[in-house]
Amino acid sequence: MAGYRMWDDDGARQIVGGLAHLEGATLPILHALQGEFGYVDAKAVPLIADALNLSRAEVHGTISFYHDFKTAPPVGRVVKLCRAEACQALGCETLVAQLERDHGIRVDGQSATDAVAVETVYCLGNCALGPSALVDGALIGRVDAQRLAELCGLVSAAQ
Amino acid sequence: MSAPTAPVRVFIPVDAAALSVGAEAVAQAVSREAAARGITIDLVRNGSRGMLWLEPLVEVETPQGRIAYGPVAARDVAGLVDAGLVQGGEHPLRLGLVDDLDWMKRQQRLTFARTGVIDPLSLSDYRAHDGLAGLKAALALTGAEIVEIVRASGLRGRGGAGFPTGIKWKTVHDARADQKYIVCNADEGDSGTFADRMLFEGDPFLTIEGMVIAAIAVGATRGYIYLRSEYPHAYRTMQRAILKAEQAGILGDSVLGSAHAFHLEVRLGAGAYICGEETSLLESLEGKRGVVRAKPPIPALKGLFGQPTIVNNVLSFAAVPWILQHGAQVYADFGVGRSRGTLPVQLGGNVRRGGLIELAFGISLREIIEDLGGGTLSGRPIRAVQVGGPLGAYLTAAQLNVAMDYEALAAIKGMLGHGGIVVFDDSVDMAQQARFAFAFCAKESCGKCTPCRIGATRGVETMDKIIAGTERPKNLAILRDLSKLMTDASLCAMGGLTPNPVLSALDHFPEDFDRPAGPAKNWPLAAE
Repeated sequence: MAGYRMWDDDGARQIVGGLAHLEGATLPILHALQGEFGYVDAKAVPLIADALNLSRAEVHGTISFYHDFKTAPPVGRVVKLCRAEACQALGCETLVAQLERDHGIRVDGQSATDAVAVETVYCLGNCALGPSALVDGALIGRVDAQRLAELCGLVSAAQ
Repeated sequence: MSAPTAPVRVFIPVDAAALSVGAEAVAQAVSREAAARGITIDLVRNGSRGMLWLEPLVEVETPQGRIAYGPVAARDVAGLVDAGLVQGGEHPLRLGLVDDLDWMKRQQRLTFARTGVIDPLSLSDYRAHDGLAGLKAALALTGAEIVEIVRASGLRGRGGAGFPTGIKWKTVHDARADQKYIVCNADEGDSGTFADRMLFEGDPFLTIEGMVIAAIAVGATRGYIYLRSEYPHAYRTMQRAILKAEQAGILGDSVLGSAHAFHLEVRLGAGAYICGEETSLLESLEGKRGVVRAKPPIPALKGLFGQPTIVNNVLSFAAVPWILQHGAQVYADFGVGRSRGTLPVQLGGNVRRGGLIELAFGISLREIIEDLGGGTLSGRPIRAVQVGGPLGAYLTAAQLNVAMDYEALAAIKGMLGHGGIVVFDDSVDMAQQARFAFAFCAKESCGKCTPCRIGATRGVETMDKIIAGTERPKNLAILRDLSKLMTDASLCAMGGLTPNPVLSALDHFPEDFDRPAGPAKNWPLAAE
């Protein structure tokens, strides 16, 4: 995804140093690194461990526990599709099946294209206007197959 | 052209749900079309009224009151302005006075009194609508007096467990420590719930005020809001609200000039459902894996960084300012039995009119889903309703007369949870829903206790065999045995309650567990 800087150790060290004073600083640091670089590079582990006086195992454990933190740079656009119950009630699983059948894109899996990754998310808090998706921080409601294909950049927006 | 009168106030929500169906484009169109006609307006970006099927809802302030139009699409705006939008003119989308709409009239909005009404980040709006009245009342009381008022109000934790808030506060109040913490659980992960999000986006100062009152009551000087990362809009709004509250002296070294200090930060979760469990949330705030802690010790005595900590849900904190302002008894007069006060109900899923409804405890599910909600969106019959999030039971259409209160739902093996209701029509396959309950638990389990970590995966496998028609009687027996084990032996509610949706699906919809196994017994691809 465009908009992220290439990983650099000095930049990362600055971010870590700027937040290390916080109580329980690990998550704020990880969010800040991911916000800057699009992911958390393995080289961040010793940096954070040093700054917070933690073991590398503890830092690695935290990174690997949370679904949000990525350990490789994102290659394409990321579409987060809600697949929790309220969106299931409005057919989100049908959308998932159609996406694979019509476009070869597997949610949370290997797809025919690298241009977009569709990820499962459980609840975006838009349960009265589902199915819902989150793209670049924008919440989209009443998603149908056409709209999902647009969000994935597979077809241009109809209007 | 335009007379030099005060510009008309036009309200268009900045709530994420409204934005999800085009409120931003509508706001831009209204500004543009008004300017093109030389009409000066004061465009206020409010929260949502909770009538989500009417979003984007545009309101105009008139001498008679606020007149609503909705749902408005950007392409409707030019016509609306020509029809005299700013005077509340006639138009097919005109709904009339907001306060006269049936949805609004039937509610008792205490917590959500301001949401959708005011500019969320305007402290002068907040003050003009009774904001800070509860905090000012609290500042005249001792900590013990505040705790007693909260206890007497009958307020119970709105996160799901329903533990009496006053008792939790008293425990922290009586604990002796150099540092105490106030932690707000805004990890609203249950599908079908969005009240915390709407409140943060529509009236963020209310939760801040409730937390400050809690801090004064128990002598805490630091607080954290743990907010899920799936809510970027709420995060931004709350960050800005905290900054404004600091500038206004509501937060900081001296709360409203008093001797009380309270510092507040909002922290983001990272996509882990389990972090809504309070001990897991505390671990996460400390920067660790969100692994559940064994209790005791309870967080009220050993919570964040081992210090006495109040952990309450957003809606619990948000109820407190009203209680302090109006008195414990007035609040307790709402509700039934041991469920006192009001409950913000969230109606979603396959429903025609979904949204937020705040009501005294005791209304029936049927009134909410059929009268207010208007039945299913698809127009097909209601088959199942899940109340209380992914760990709540599935109820049948025949059970909808149950009252929305903690005990009445528990009596039919249901659960109120955080007040979310998800409606399914007759196309739902309940065996698949049961399988999903296990799959969700397998994905979101913290992994600490074996019944949850292993049981959820075994549950998925067992459901797959049942769906495939393999030795059904034997596998159904395994399913019940496994469910009993998870219920009895899991460390927290995640593993302990996952059998709720599973067994309720099996008990109420046995036919779905006994269908001939066919090829591609997955989700139907047809429909549209």
